[in-house]
Amino acid sequence: MGGAFWEFGQPDWDNTKLFMLFGVAEDHDSNPIKMGIGKLKQRGARIIGVNPVRSGYNAVADDWIGITPGTDGLLILALVHCLMAAGKIDLDYLSRWTNAPLLLNDDPDSPDYGLFLRDAEGNKLVIDKKTGQSARWDAKGVRPDLNGQLQRDGITHRTVMARLAAKYLDPAYAPEQVAERCGLQAGQIRKLAADLARTAFDEAIEIKQSWTDFRGETHQRMVGRPVSFHAMRGISAHANGFQTCRALHLLQILLGAVEVPGGFRFKPPYPKPVSAHPKPHCKVTPGAPLDGPHLGYVQGPEDLCLKEDGSPARIDKAYSWENPMSAHGLMHMVISNAYAGDPYPVDVLFMYMANMSWNSSMNSGGVMDMLTARDEEGNYVIPKIIYSDAYSSEMVAYADLILPDTTYLERHDCISLLDRPISEADAAADAIRWPVMEPDRDVRGFQSVLCDLGARLGLQGFVKEDGSQKYADYADYITHHERRPGIGPLAGWRGKKGQKSGRGEINEDQLKAYRDNGSFFAAHIPQEALYFKPWNQAYQEWAVEIGLYDAPQFYLFDLWSEPLRRFQLAAEGHGTRQPPDHLRARIKTQLDPLPIWYPPDSADETAYPYHALTQRPMAMYHSWGTQNAWLRQIHGQNPLYLPDAIWQEKGFAEGDWAEVRSPHGSITVPVARMAGLNSRTVWTWNAIGKRKGAWALDENAPEASKGFLLNHLIHELLPPKGDGLRWANSDPVTGQAAWFDLRVAIAKTDPPAEAQPVFPAQKSPVGRGPQDLRQQSRPSKAGER
Amino acid sequence: MTKLPAASEKKLGLVIDLDICVGCHACVISCKGWNTENYGAPLSDMDAYGENPVGSFLNRIHSFEVQPDDGPAQSVHFPKSCLHCETAPCVTVCPTGASYKRAEDGIVLVNEEACIGCGLCAWACPYGAREMDQAEGVMKKCTLCVDRIYNENLAAEDQIPACVRTCPTGARHFGDFGDPDSAVSQLVAARESVDLMPEQGTKPVNKYLLPRIKDRWLDQPEADDMLPAVAEEPEGFLKWLDKALEKL
Repeated sequence: MGGAFWEFGQPDWDNTKLFMLFGVAEDHDSNPIKMGIGKLKQRGARIIGVNPVRSGYNAVADDWIGITPGTDGLLILALVHCLMAAGKIDLDYLSRWTNAPLLLNDDPDSPDYGLFLRDAEGNKLVIDKKTGQSARWDAKGVRPDLNGQLQRDGITHRTVMARLAAKYLDPAYAPEQVAERCGLQAGQIRKLAADLARTAFDEAIEIKQSWTDFRGETHQRMVGRPVSFHAMRGISAHANGFQTCRALHLLQILLGAVEVPGGFRFKPPYPKPVSAHPKPHCKVTPGAPLDGPHLGYVQGPEDLCLKEDGSPARIDKAYSWENPMSAHGLMHMVISNAYAGDPYPVDVLFMYMANMSWNSSMNSGGVMDMLTARDEEGNYVIPKIIYSDAYSSEMVAYADLILPDTTYLERHDCISLLDRPISEADAAADAIRWPVMEPDRDVRGFQSVLCDLGARLGLQGFVKEDGSQKYADYADYITHHERRPGIGPLAGWRGKKGQKSGRGEINEDQLKAYRDNGSFFAAHIPQEALYFKPWNQAYQEWAVEIGLYDAPQFYLFDLWSEPLRRFQLAAEGHGTRQPPDHLRARIKTQLDPLPIWYPPDSADETAYPYHALTQRPMAMYHSWGTQNAWLRQIHGQNPLYLPDAIWQEKGFAEGDWAEVRSPHGSITVPVARMAGLNSRTVWTWNAIGKRKGAWALDENAPEASKGFLLNHLIHELLPPKGDGLRWANSDPVTGQAAWFDLRVAIAKTDPPAEAQPVFPAQKSPVGRGPQDLRQQSRPSKAGER
Repeated sequence: MTKLPAASEKKLGLVIDLDICVGCHACVISCKGWNTENYGAPLSDMDAYGENPVGSFLNRIHSFEVQPDDGPAQSVHFPKSCLHCETAPCVTVCPTGASYKRAEDGIVLVNEEACIGCGLCAWACPYGAREMDQAEGVMKKCTLCVDRIYNENLAAEDQIPACVRTCPTGARHFGDFGDPDSAVSQLVAARESVDLMPEQGTKPVNKYLLPRIKDRWLDQPEADDMLPAVAEEPEGFLKWLDKALEKL
């Protein structure tokens, strides 16, 4: 729909009446969500938490739905079923702002089956309700018909809306069919659907503010559906995560609750249609830069990053047939692929702040072996490893070259509108960090190192015409780099005198202007542009003015995803770029252009009956330094939390330990009881467990003796299928790591001396932290003893 | 041993809203950050990177589960710091006068110069709100950020306790409970609030707002006419759709 949750959108905290929060991991967009939840609680709006674990945000939710992991999509599509069957959908909204009225080729024998009907200029077409004739979707004054039909060249064309009806009215989506699998009762799902419908339609709100849409129609008021949703890693980190996220967006859109008062709102630079994003590039020319950005949005098989023989061009196999729409890459597969030489081996592995030999990897023990494996001639399979980290993490010991980084307090950073800014729905905003203290050790900020390294390597963009270094450091880069003329990493105080916002010449004093303003810049959106942003002329003009893009980007929400359909068509045999045969079936079924649900994992439910999850503690939100002396007193060890059902069935008592097995491995860990938990789910805090010798901690630190990782139970590959192929433990659409598809068996066991497995202690390159701390900046009694 | 002042007119303290606290610990860290730097000795951490790290904190969060007779279990995050009691047993037990309650605003403080580290006050406090600093050998406790709330060199919005300033959800409020018209007094009057362990007779100034009743939707009956169907299958739906579109 041209934007996402995470940092890119938020509920209309001031106007929403019902807020549903799905599967949050409690560590992203953290403070804005806490502030928003506080606002809702203070004015008595209802919060519904959908999460197997009732901790954190779910603890304060008015109503808690302890769903079975991986079944959120089933619940959502059952809600869609109920709402459609009751006609509780926003027809006006759907007809104006979504692709529901667009005409689709409805002939299964046509090579264009499921693609949009277009005119000679390539414009998608609708039937205009006023004239009964076909018209461009965006023509002035057109009122698209949600149930239009058109015969052209002997082929029937029907609307996306007709497809939606055919799919979701199917009794397979009825609450009775899905409730048990979700861990709910059918009546609960129907009540939920009724509550959503009542709030959206019977309690609609309106703001007296006129605005003009892209078809030239001026609306006197902004009508809003005060139901809002937010979701995060809990629903996306499953092998059905992408389709589940799409299902949630479908639900929001059917209710007319996106970019309206009381609904979900985008934060600049979003909304942005798929077509406004770059496509990924992979053409390597020795001595020259890549032919374009390495990440982007594919719109069909022609955009995949493949070599001439059809094999993946990238080491992580992103944008390949295995996971065509992998807009974030597949970091979790890089080491495994490099080790396997699949699709090819590497000479150098260069990583920044990614603890891949420990908690950032699936199969941590296996990755340790891969990082140290040698070939028959005794050479390392991964020959050289360069690593930058601010701390002595578990990964440091595996590096040939270490680039010690500063902390955030000792360097410049830029939280940019070109990346993941600090915007709110009412304003475009970005920010800097600047060094508030001098490092007391031999470290350098990694971004400044990149400026240096880029120049040493003679990389275009990092050297001047005479070959000398272009950017002295990252502060220099932030100030002087331009993505397009007048557009740089920071939007504030541009222009020679700092008088321009968004677009403008380089300002030598820009960083000082940021510091003087509390390190941030905000450009507020005009009143008439605050809602309906994808279709609102005033918003689009404002977005162009401040440089979010160079021309208005009006678009419709994609309920039917034509790019997904293009991949399906290829799998059905159409076109010249064809998937390998072993992937055809899953592309046909799982890259459905309409949201679907399928079981995210294939583990044997009898042998491995329970789901196992992790989450980051809020106290360690964005804290890479989890060894911090204060934080480790809050979370210094992590029991495995068991629900009452398992606790009682297995006869656990306080202080007990359990052996936890998955199809991939086994760990032995301390357990604790938690009643507010889905009855088939266990969980623990992530990234508390440490390897002995790492992080400058004592080898007997509780993090290293009782703390543990679930990572040892999760393989980066699915269990072998006997076909000799390596099937990634990832979403088949996006390649998103399926962390939360883990299934386990649990047995009570005699407590070992330490949590198992135990790995040999690493040799600390920085020694051990001081014995006692008495932290005070004042010189008097300050310092360490 | 140490005497309490006559009841003060001004009664500064906190209201903590248990309906809103998500247990993020931001208040714990901001409290330690401010107070290790300011009032008295730093807040030490012994064996800071070792096997058994133990440090002084003036504010901690405890997490509890509550299991109703029917309905799902609930989690409650419970932040705890000194309650600045009107009849503070930690003051009267102090042998040196180091532990005292201020007549002007009711804040309970420790004069670290006079504290001998005997620990009696911590034993006397029924809330466990005082902690002996292991490095300094003096008793540490919440000062209500006395060095912020009267510090006119700080911006106006910063002249409140660090925990209140930092709480992202707005679960913590600071004010004068001696003034019935103050925002905190109004808040306490408007919501269901409690004193902690009133049977102890300590008359705590700090108040807690109770969590609102949860999971009420489970009690609501499912009505037959909640969501009447307009159609059972696609063709019927499209006929309804045509009619509905005519009305738009």
